[in-house]
Amino acid sequence: MIDYLQEILTTLQKNRLRAIMTGFSVAWGIFMLILLLGSGSGLQNGMENNFKGTSKNALWIWSGNTQVAHGGLKAGRRIQFTDADMKALEKTFADDIDHVSGRFHLWGNAAVTYQKEYGNFSLEGVMPDFKHIQTVEMKEGRYINEPDIRDFRKVALMSVAVQKALFKEETPLGKYIRVGGVPFMVVGTFENPSNKDEKQLYLPLSTIRKVFNGSNKLGEMAVSTNALTVAENKRIEEGIRSTLAQRHHVAPDDKQALGIWNTLEHFKQAQGIFAGIRLFVWVIGIMTILAGIVGVSNIMIILVKERTKEIGIRKAIGATPWSVIRLVLSESVFITTIAGFIGLVAGMGLLAIVSNVLKGMAAQGNDIERQFFNPSADWGVAISALVILVLAGLIAGYIPARRAAAIKPIEALHDE
Amino acid sequence: MSDSIIQVKNLHKSYDMGQSALHVLKGIDIDIKEGEMVSIMGSSGSGKSTLLNILGILDNYDSGSYHLNNILVRSMGETEAARFRNRYLGFIFQSFNLISFKNAMENVALPLYYQGVNRKKRNQLALEYLERLGLLNWANHLPSELSGGQRQRVAIARALISQPKLILADEPTGALDSQTSNEVMDILESVNASGISMIIVTHEPKVAARTHRVIRLSDGLIVPNGQPHTQEASSIVQETKP
Repeated sequence: MIDYLQEILTTLQKNRLRAIMTGFSVAWGIFMLILLLGSGSGLQNGMENNFKGTSKNALWIWSGNTQVAHGGLKAGRRIQFTDADMKALEKTFADDIDHVSGRFHLWGNAAVTYQKEYGNFSLEGVMPDFKHIQTVEMKEGRYINEPDIRDFRKVALMSVAVQKALFKEETPLGKYIRVGGVPFMVVGTFENPSNKDEKQLYLPLSTIRKVFNGSNKLGEMAVSTNALTVAENKRIEEGIRSTLAQRHHVAPDDKQALGIWNTLEHFKQAQGIFAGIRLFVWVIGIMTILAGIVGVSNIMIILVKERTKEIGIRKAIGATPWSVIRLVLSESVFITTIAGFIGLVAGMGLLAIVSNVLKGMAAQGNDIERQFFNPSADWGVAISALVILVLAGLIAGYIPARRAAAIKPIEALHDE
Repeated sequence: MSDSIIQVKNLHKSYDMGQSALHVLKGIDIDIKEGEMVSIMGSSGSGKSTLLNILGILDNYDSGSYHLNNILVRSMGETEAARFRNRYLGFIFQSFNLISFKNAMENVALPLYYQGVNRKKRNQLALEYLERLGLLNWANHLPSELSGGQRQRVAIARALISQPKLILADEPTGALDSQTSNEVMDILESVNASGISMIIVTHEPKVAARTHRVIRLSDGLIVPNGQPHTQEASSIVQETKP
């Protein structure tokens, strides 16, 4: 084995400049492939960060003013959801919906205070099931539960950002905050993985409506479906739309009166785009490597021609055709693998640096993580790139090796 | 079993030249005993190079038979032929044919590489052979740093290292001056004396004179021994023709 390497190395050393120049094209090809793949995954990670924290098959439903007259009612009418709508959805789509939660935003002047600290934060009444739709990472305590809803308990859940604003280093669990002057006990803290700075408080839906005169009104609704495909989710979305349209006498295509954000559809669309980008990146990368292969192959053919006499001598003193093929092939594989490995490491290194810089930017509260984040080519990609390299070396060396093996010693030795 | 190292019977070889075939060997019979030192002479175009290539299993033949060390060499695969060359044959060429980027020791050791001998052992053996040929001090020199005679001695060492049964030398002194030629012939004689058979292709009568036997080739046939004058006459005619 060492002998074998020595044989390769001595011949490569003899043509060091040529070996380096040849290797460069391959190294460059792999470098570009890794860079492109990394950029692709960076864009994709950025996109996926936008969807993080929300159930992938969630439907977000909100209401507005009607745009068109329908059923004898004029346009511009305000649509208001109530508990009845939620109950209707639960009943009609029992087979399609996993979780439902009504939502009630407390808009405007409900200041939240704790001792001398105070601030205005987003306040939302939700139901226990909401945790399956808008997933958050619980840091301390618990989420809102059924007894909270049933008994109109005055409890609150706050994001870490709110906790920092009001409590500083103190633990908020069991302490009372005032929301619009009404005391609420803090039972948990959480962090929204897609937006760590979100200043958000969750209160039980029933309590918030009772305290702040919401009666049975719902601001918005959120459901998560059991759909696995976009088409299925779309069907449920359409079903919900027509049910609600009927209940509120709204034209079924009035998207201002009834708004539904289909997460899965948008997620899949974005995913589709990124699958396309990834394919594109691979095609370009492979083409670049192909150019490298042709270069290596070219050089090897010249090399074999120059070494005709040497190969003839080797054959005369007992080199088998296979050993001649091996000589040429292994040189080619050696050049491509070493050069490719250098390109690979350089590419991965650059990605790691960029990734770290981006993480630093994200840690400073930059929104970069939503656009371009963690642009890494994973090990799977690196290994497949290596496999491609070895294959590339074999392909590049194949034709020259065949030529070398076909050299007739007699002719080679008479070739002065 | 016979004591012949080479037994050639009615050997024919022709080359395909597109439209026509060039009949180079037209029925050659040779019998070389083990330990013999034989020279093959003939003008260019007489077929001696072709014969040497066939004897060296560098080329195949059309009909007849060729036994090397009592083994029939017949349409061998390339791999098998390579093994045969490696085990039974040593080659010495007019133009030395050393590998230019390997030093003397590595050149000598190369046949052992193809036998799978490890590096340390084959280099050690190579040094022994170089020493025997008086080139120990030149072991680390590249061929380009050696004189013609030294290069040919390296080539001889390379031919000897695999301990072949037979050495095939193609004009071994063709590129050397007469004094160096004599030295090389001295070496070849002593090699032969150690029991290795030898076939030398040459057109130098002085070289041929130092072998046990001369085989004269003319126009693809062996000139019978009984008619040396005819052969000489014909060769003179051939030489003066162009």
